[in-house]
Amino acid sequence: MSTTEVSAARATPRPPQTTAPRARRPRTFDQANRRLKWMMLAPALLFVGLMIVFPLAFTLDLSLTDAFGAVNAGKSHIGLRNFADALEDTRRFWPAARRTLVFTVGAVVLETVLGLALAMLMRKPFRGMRWVRTVLIIPLLATPVAIGILWLLILDPTNGIANHLLAAVGLPRQEFLGSVSQSLPTLMLIDVWQWTPMMTLLLLAGLTTLPEEPEEAALVDGANGWQRFRHVILPMLGPTLATALVLRAVDALKTFDILYATKGAGGGSDFEVETLNVYAYGLTFDYQEYGLAAAVLVLFTLFIIGVVVLLRRRGGRKNA
Amino acid sequence: MSATVSRATRPSGAPHTAPRARRRRGGAWLRGTAITIVTLVFALPLVWMFAAAFKTNVQVTDPSVGLWFRPTLDNFRSIVEAGQIVRSMGNSLLVGVVSTVLSAVIAVPAAWAVGRFNMHRTGSLILVARIVPAISLLVPWYYLFARMGLVGSYTVLVLSHMFVSVPLIMWIMISFFAGLPVELEEAARTDGLSAFGAFWRISLPLAAPGTATASLLAFVFSWNNFMFALVFADDRTQTVPVTLFNFISYASTDWGGLMAAATLITVPVVLAAVLGQKYLVAGLTSGATKG
Repeated sequence: MSTTEVSAARATPRPPQTTAPRARRPRTFDQANRRLKWMMLAPALLFVGLMIVFPLAFTLDLSLTDAFGAVNAGKSHIGLRNFADALEDTRRFWPAARRTLVFTVGAVVLETVLGLALAMLMRKPFRGMRWVRTVLIIPLLATPVAIGILWLLILDPTNGIANHLLAAVGLPRQEFLGSVSQSLPTLMLIDVWQWTPMMTLLLLAGLTTLPEEPEEAALVDGANGWQRFRHVILPMLGPTLATALVLRAVDALKTFDILYATKGAGGGSDFEVETLNVYAYGLTFDYQEYGLAAAVLVLFTLFIIGVVVLLRRRGGRKNA
Repeated sequence: MSATVSRATRPSGAPHTAPRARRRRGGAWLRGTAITIVTLVFALPLVWMFAAAFKTNVQVTDPSVGLWFRPTLDNFRSIVEAGQIVRSMGNSLLVGVVSTVLSAVIAVPAAWAVGRFNMHRTGSLILVARIVPAISLLVPWYYLFARMGLVGSYTVLVLSHMFVSVPLIMWIMISFFAGLPVELEEAARTDGLSAFGAFWRISLPLAAPGTATASLLAFVFSWNNFMFALVFADDRTQTVPVTLFNFISYASTDWGGLMAAATLITVPVVLAAVLGQKYLVAGLTSGATKG
């Protein structure tokens, strides 16, 4: 929020209470609007201030302290030591950061490619479109913990249907979530199952708003299907694609429910799916290392903001 | 929304020659098959869950028992008799409804102000709320709420769930209000309504469908939210995802019970998806947010 907007609103004289003369009405409208818009915004701004801005400032302060154990225990400021500790931690912090990045990039790239392909497939209306869209929206709305447990059953190494199906087509049995090396890729695939529909629906919405003329012109010029997609549709879809990518990347970076529900605290016996989110959660609620956790969270938040800025700038340049 | 229209696959202006038409028909068939397969891939895991909820524990862990078996309600009976799931569903309903209503009361007027007066810089505050990881707020909230003795209370659950729904509802409603013609409000003002009156009597009723969609989505995300309740709920105030999660640890062999519980908490969401598909898709794609 800009401070000039606030001060402008404060500087506004109170508009006359009731019936203003007709000639002055436009100005009165304006003044009433200016006062009203801040009144309408006030509860939301208060909520954001109390529940988000103030807690974030508190996190920032907490990251500079040695807070540990009971929340009402004393704490003292220790400068940037928590940040140094986190950044020197090659056992939990850096692997968690790497996993966060691998999970996000892998899942989001797959979701974008598959989502785009599916959106192109569904672009023209067809019989049963309504049902397909209903099916697609269910994974987005279904409870993530339930989805996690469902996949635990499906991917169970001995009794799961997945290995049964693999065996039926002659492929070797997989451990999936039962193994250290396969857990993260498996969870990425579950994320792809859950969120590709989101990409599809977003891109489908974008596709339906595109004008038809450029494509028709390309068709007349003899462009084939791929050329029309690559040189006409894709550039026009750019802004939607960029928005969808940012939204999905932000959410993928923050993934918690399914990781925690399937692999538990610490992301498994060998921390195999411990992302920054799971790591920070464990630091706080399992180890009660509040100071260090706050430092990790500050780094994590900066990391996410960095990704968003990067994606937006790249998306913007592409569409400029 | 229209069903049918298979002939729409013909691009307008394309010459109508026989081989092309044949290729196109082949293409339509291929497209139909591809869409069917993809849809099945997304649908079958959930079908498997629903089916497993009606299987005995022996059948659940026997992959050769497919979708044809004699269904039993024993799983549902046992988890309902255990009690916690019913209490949790009540808690989730309570927290979801209260947090959604409070969020709508806060967010809809704010969205009107942002959408009507183009206050996009102020509106981008909401984007910040979308970007900030919930967990970086969870730590200070826990710290503060524990000191206030509020951990385990419904108040904290409602407040924390509003963290998701206030930005969500605002996000959807800003574009909704921005899309309403401003002339309607201006006309009402000329006819003597106050600025607030124009919002209350003209714009708000017009925005009712959007508000309903946004609120339904907010409720669903509250119902699904796991992390806040994991930290802030106690046995009494537990919500459904936490109850389900606790099931894994003490009933890990009871797959039938687990699937019945998972089904029980997913059914309301699926019903919402089936009934409000059109509006929810519109809401998701205009708001495009989740917790």
